Amino acid sequence: MMTEPIITVEKLSRTFQKGKVKAVKNISFSINKNEIFGLIGPDGAGKTSIFRILTTLLLPDTGFAHIAGYDMVKEYKKIRQIIGYMPGKFSLYQDLTVEENLHFFASIYGTNIDENYHLIEDIYNQLSPFKDRKAGNLSGGMKQKLALSCALIHNPTIMFLDEPTTGVDPVSRKEFWVMLSKLKRKGITILVSTPYMDEASLCDRVALIQDGNILSIDQPGNITKQFPRSLYSIRSNQKGRIINYLRMFKGIYNCYVYGENIHFNFEKEDHREMLVKLKKNLQHKNLFDDTIRIVEPSIEDCFIEMLSGRKSNAIENG
Amino acid sequence: MKTIKFRQFTSLIRKEFYHVFRDKKTMLILFGMPATMILIFGFALTNEIRNTSIVVIDQANDNHSKKLTQKISTSNYFTIVDKQSDPRRKNIEQYFQKGSIKLALIIPNNFSSEIESHNTCKIQIIADATDPNNANVLTSYMTSIIRNYERQISGIPNSNCNIIPEIKMLYNPKLKGAPNFVPGVIALVLMLICVMMTAISIVREKEMGTMEVLLVSPFRPFLIILSKTVPYLLISLLNIILILLLSVFVLHLPIKGNLTFLFIESALFIITCLTLGIFISIKAKSQQAAMLISLVGMFLPTVLFSGFMFPIDNMPLILQFISNLVPAKWFYTIAKSIMIQGSHFSALWTETLILTAMTVLLMVASLKNFKVRLEP
Amino acid sequence: MDEFAIKAQNLTKKFGNFIAVNSISFEVKKGEIFGFLGANGAGKTTAMKMLCGLSIPTSGTAKIGELDVYTQKDKIKSRIGYMSQKFSLYDDLTVLENIMFFGGIYGLRRSLLQEKCKNLLNRLNLNRQRNHLVHSLPLGWKQKLAFSVAVIHDPTIVFLDEPTGGVDPLVRRQFWDLIYEASDRGITIFVTTHYMDEAEYCNRISIMVNGRIGALDTPHNLKVEYGVTSMNDVFYQLARGK
Repeated sequence: MMTEPIITVEKLSRTFQKGKVKAVKNISFSINKNEIFGLIGPDGAGKTSIFRILTTLLLPDTGFAHIAGYDMVKEYKKIRQIIGYMPGKFSLYQDLTVEENLHFFASIYGTNIDENYHLIEDIYNQLSPFKDRKAGNLSGGMKQKLALSCALIHNPTIMFLDEPTTGVDPVSRKEFWVMLSKLKRKGITILVSTPYMDEASLCDRVALIQDGNILSIDQPGNITKQFPRSLYSIRSNQKGRIINYLRMFKGIYNCYVYGENIHFNFEKEDHREMLVKLKKNLQHKNLFDDTIRIVEPSIEDCFIEMLSGRKSNAIENG
Repeated sequence: MKTIKFRQFTSLIRKEFYHVFRDKKTMLILFGMPATMILIFGFALTNEIRNTSIVVIDQANDNHSKKLTQKISTSNYFTIVDKQSDPRRKNIEQYFQKGSIKLALIIPNNFSSEIESHNTCKIQIIADATDPNNANVLTSYMTSIIRNYERQISGIPNSNCNIIPEIKMLYNPKLKGAPNFVPGVIALVLMLICVMMTAISIVREKEMGTMEVLLVSPFRPFLIILSKTVPYLLISLLNIILILLLSVFVLHLPIKGNLTFLFIESALFIITCLTLGIFISIKAKSQQAAMLISLVGMFLPTVLFSGFMFPIDNMPLILQFISNLVPAKWFYTIAKSIMIQGSHFSALWTETLILTAMTVLLMVASLKNFKVRLEP
Repeated sequence: MDEFAIKAQNLTKKFGNFIAVNSISFEVKKGEIFGFLGANGAGKTTAMKMLCGLSIPTSGTAKIGELDVYTQKDKIKSRIGYMSQKFSLYDDLTVLENIMFFGGIYGLRRSLLQEKCKNLLNRLNLNRQRNHLVHSLPLGWKQKLAFSVAVIHDPTIVFLDEPTGGVDPLVRRQFWDLIYEASDRGITIFVTTHYMDEAEYCNRISIMVNGRIGALDTPHNLKVEYGVTSMNDVFYQLARGK
């Protein structure tokens, strides 16, 4: 197991609008060489600010970071040589063709397409039928592949991908993650952010972030293992009524829709009697057509758990 | 290493040309606008030269004077409303004061005999210079008709005469504030292309998010911006050539001074404008802001204070002072002097120096304000 | 017989030689939550624009309730609501001003509008923020407010274009609570999303593939039909089976 850190971040914070908006709040973490590290969190959590600080586009108010041993502030020029960056917004030239875009980005790094073609071959093969099409006329999935190719063409050591899969359909998203794992095999370290919780399991390690804070950092499997309660699932086509019932039921900590199921858990771990009572009542009301099962929590369940905890804390404090 | 840098630079420039050539609106502004402006200004003025009323004071009333008068009246440019022989100023002036004529031509006694004996003879042209630009154009038309006549008779054997037109500007002898629209149009066009279009094209990259990607690349950020100005520099030089060609060959406006010198001074002003454009792009956050600053902050002062539409000498002192801060004013003065008076560098070095100083100042300000990171 | 909120027949849109939407026909029942899915570039957005009357089809017809979308354009407008991730509210107006403005353009009587406004602020817990600029609200709150405003005039149908993109999982569920409430009031919901778990919240979903409707059924039936356990897999099979 390689655990040599390639990015170390210490107590980073950053405010906007003269301190009114705190985008990043005193966060520290490190990213190991050759891992896929995911920043998972909703819009406004501070993901983009973290990316911009680490790509030397923004200075932090406090804290520091080292990227591949270089000081983020003093040695920003060296850092810019070795990183690839794909911003959240589609940032290629819409009036240039696919090939012209790629050629352009290769040349500003002083390289050419042939030199590092092996890196983008898989991706570019899918794009090449459209190589004379303007980038602005590509579909979402294609745009994203082109942007990845452009960020890769100079053979960076570290890739920063800010929400590469947002607004992209599930099929293209799946393909995109396959590409990322191939890049990892080529030795590239990848920092990626996403608002889709289900993509967390595809990362080696993830940081769950919300409101500029890191809620948890670990391997996805460890995060779900740390889920503090037993999680139950009911499948029903009367989800609304079951939810309403569960919300009234004393002893229930949290209940919410999860795909075609409803997930819920109890305040106390010692809840066998409550469960029996609940089952009976639901059956009595004819509210479910399946059994109640214990399920493995997902990252999304963990995120909801953490958010619920924070929100109730916030209410107590304020 | 150097060759790589150069390759990077050229590919940035090539990309910039793609942007320009693929946007029809940009193309229209870059190439349609200058020609349209020069032609509109040109024809708005030349239209007045049709059938302008004049009076001919023919003191000779002989063979040649009659022929010349004949030639003038058939020229379409002038209509002779009266013809007489009293050369007294009072007599001539009453025509002008009534406003019935714009120009008077005075042919001296013994016109034919002077010509035939190969002596030089002076012929006087008096113009109403209250509208200095118009007076300028009228006298130059009249002069060219006379020269034409001269050439025509010199075809006759033994005729080696020398008619010297003596021009007198009535009411405004120094042609104070005489506007010449060609340098004015050049200034406006350069403001549009080098200041506004350049600023917008740089700010567009900020808005599109592509600036982020460029900044993260190891390419020197200031070179990124510099490379964006190159196409506009080349296009502006082309436009100046186009404007000068149009004004000489379509509008028949004379350029007295040295063309190369005029071109070099124009290039200096282009660089001034480009640095202004860069400076605005560094300050502006959106394309709209860049456009607004360019139009209100740069384009309007050029129209108002360059002396091209409104004579600066007639302005209140404060406005005259402000006009000194407008780069276009200095360029206008330079270009006008070269075109009309045929001035050389020795006469224009102060203006050139001021323009150069402004450019250097703007460059320093741009470099100081330039950020290698995103602004918060 | 069921009442229909949407009835589309052979709806087609061509751009030059390219057929973006290829003769699609479907019906959406009144009060139904209808998920409209598809890969990027499958024709989803084009189809949705035609249904809202923003784009004229090359051929085919669409009805909202009893009204023809293209010949009775003006009447249609008061019958539909629209909300997208990109444009929904004015950032530089306050919460209250936004509600009053959108209520106003749909011609709600002042007394009714004030009543609705009060309920809406209570329901969303926005009373304290009523005079704050929308700009200052967190994204999730904005989206909830935008939805409530989109249905303030009780339209027959509301079109939601990726309404929950980037919103955290907790707020996304609160958003869906609002959708269920609107559906209970008889408002038909037509929603696009890239979150496959959200597809499961819909009564029925359609998946567009290459300009056609590749599948249309309840989420459960689709999973059974394709022999898979998640909507993600249904989607994957459909989109890959080109």
